Amino acid sequence: MVTSINQPRSNSNSKIAARRNGQPKPQALAKTPTGIKGLDEITEGGLPRGRSTLITGGAGCGKTLLGMEFLVRGARDYGEPGVFMAFEENAEELAENVRSLGFDLSEMIQRKQLLIDAVHIQRSEIEETGEYDLEGLFIRLNHAIDSIGAKRIVIDTIEVLFASLSASILRTELRRLFQWLKSKGVTAIVTAERGEGTLTRHGLEEYISDCVILLDHRMHDQVLTRRLRVVKYRGSSHGTNEYPFLIDAHGIAVLPITSLSLNHPASADRISTGVTRLDSMLGGKGYYRGSSVLVSGTAGAGKSSLAAHFVDAACARGERALYLALEESPSQIVRNMRSIGVDLERWSKNGRLSFHAARPTVYGLELHLAIIHRLVDETKPKVLVVDPVTNLNAVGTDVEVKSTLTRLIDLLKTRGITALFTSLTGDYAHAGHSEIGISSLMDTWILLRNLEHNGERNRGLYVLKARGMTHSNQIREFILTDHGVDLINVYTGPGGVLTGTARVVQEARENAEALRRQAEIARRRRDLAHKRAALEARSRAEREQFAAYEEDVLKEIAELRMQDETVAQGRLDAAQLRDANGGAKIKRRRPLRARGGNGEDRKEP
Amino acid sequence: MKIAKNHNDAIETAAMAVAADDSRYELRLYVAGQTPKSLTAFANLKKICEEHLAGRYRIEIIDLLEQPQLAAGDQILAIPTLVRQLPQPLKKIIGDLSNTERVLVGLDLRPARSGMRTR
Repeated sequence: MVTSINQPRSNSNSKIAARRNGQPKPQALAKTPTGIKGLDEITEGGLPRGRSTLITGGAGCGKTLLGMEFLVRGARDYGEPGVFMAFEENAEELAENVRSLGFDLSEMIQRKQLLIDAVHIQRSEIEETGEYDLEGLFIRLNHAIDSIGAKRIVIDTIEVLFASLSASILRTELRRLFQWLKSKGVTAIVTAERGEGTLTRHGLEEYISDCVILLDHRMHDQVLTRRLRVVKYRGSSHGTNEYPFLIDAHGIAVLPITSLSLNHPASADRISTGVTRLDSMLGGKGYYRGSSVLVSGTAGAGKSSLAAHFVDAACARGERALYLALEESPSQIVRNMRSIGVDLERWSKNGRLSFHAARPTVYGLELHLAIIHRLVDETKPKVLVVDPVTNLNAVGTDVEVKSTLTRLIDLLKTRGITALFTSLTGDYAHAGHSEIGISSLMDTWILLRNLEHNGERNRGLYVLKARGMTHSNQIREFILTDHGVDLINVYTGPGGVLTGTARVVQEARENAEALRRQAEIARRRRDLAHKRAALEARSRAEREQFAAYEEDVLKEIAELRMQDETVAQGRLDAAQLRDANGGAKIKRRRPLRARGGNGEDRKEP
Repeated sequence: MKIAKNHNDAIETAAMAVAADDSRYELRLYVAGQTPKSLTAFANLKKICEEHLAGRYRIEIIDLLEQPQLAAGDQILAIPTLVRQLPQPLKKIIGDLSNTERVLVGLDLRPARSGMRTR
């Protein structure tokens, strides 16, 4: 996970070179790069070349180490041999102390890149018997410098002499010493103990005034934070704040963390969230590259799973990812994510994914930031996950956490790194409370919520904000399956918003009802058809009946007509007969009367 | 005899002892060139030795300008420094040796008086 240490250095190296080339100020103060990460940025190029710098601080704050790293980096990276004059430790102790930082002093000594002169002085062995000076010290230094052609020198801690030698002579000699060092043209670091209310216990700042750097370490909530401040830098501008620094397996790293700026370029590039449905919720394309994303939710809401998908997608695209686990160990994360079908192990094996796991309480906030800074420099990730960022609250107040995050986000944005922060929130009404502070820093805020209903807990996801993109306003149900995260539409209907089995039950119920309704419709339709058929059958029968009746009636009518005609014919025949007798017209009624048979006709007239 | 550290340019004054070995004094005076302080120191040393150690001392003068590497090797800071090589233990006396009392104390030729540092 740790790449070559030289990579970032050559980087900063070239930056310094570029700065020098870019601004060729003839009168600019010549500087000697320390090679210590961050320090050269704060001092805008390093320590004043050919002059002495005073490093002061309390016991155990890293003065000796800073001096030694100055020499080691100088010899290794800048080809400048160095002399370490130690008043407190011997060469073996020094070598032992810096071996843990990966510095092999004995090898450097053999190559004449480094010379250690341990000054041993014991009060009990010394008797002062009159006038003297420290010419012996000068000769020693001079000899040491000349024998390896040293360009750098560290004197650690010359104040020890105050315990053994008379102060008045010592002061004169110290003044002469620093004057002499200047004339010698070596860049020197002189360390000193910090005094009560003064920069140094014995007032060395009186003699060395070109550059003074103060180291400090403070305990806060049982957590140690080291800080560095450039108190003074004659003839040069410099960062004026207190900068946290850390001492780890690679030496000292100072963080120029106040480089807060809001002029980072905004990318229009979009990258996948790793969950297709979530991409589509975010305008179909996912997060903006270089944006910061907050995924907040209650415990077990699936924040890490979402983060894992994000990392997985990045690695699948061939990008490097950095996963800062503040709660779980890397192997635990890998195991857990495997259970939802996300294989992170292959990425960590092929080097695309780096894990860094640390309990938040191990260091202070500043140190966390410093470490992230360093990791980002080393692994050069395209995406970064901090899981969960809220754990940092354990080591700082809300304000401190926010300022740390601001600096972190600025760092990431200037590098175009897309960052996903998970945030653990309390349950229920206060969900969202703890993020109020940091949410304003975030470009996209995805909220995962536990939806409790019907005796079960389900996960809901919605996009609370997404700067610069259209995004869905809907709640999706968030399901963890053995093939990853799945987002499905929740049930929203007259029954309210339902998830989980309630959604399934409700959907089933609705399905059943729909089926029933369809059956009803079909039944009614059938009924209607039936009725229509019956009606038609009835009307057909009636029509047939009527037709038969009509036929009968018409037949009768025809018969009657026939009879009528028969009678008329008969009368005609009779009239013809009467005509022969005359008066035929009167007698014409007779057959009628005769046919009626009743006597009333007779009475009528 | 530590001849190995005697170098050609060192001024050497030897007064070979007749007395027993354990009472023999081997002294080294570190100087840096012939400065007034060095010359004073040498003169003072010679006088004290003649008075208290006549016949059983040997003085080796080392000029660090000539042999600068000895400054680190012999842990010399102040100039002039007188080192008592023998008898053991090693003792360092710095300054121009003008305070005879303290030189004698430093060389263990006189017990430290009350109020002074004891070992």
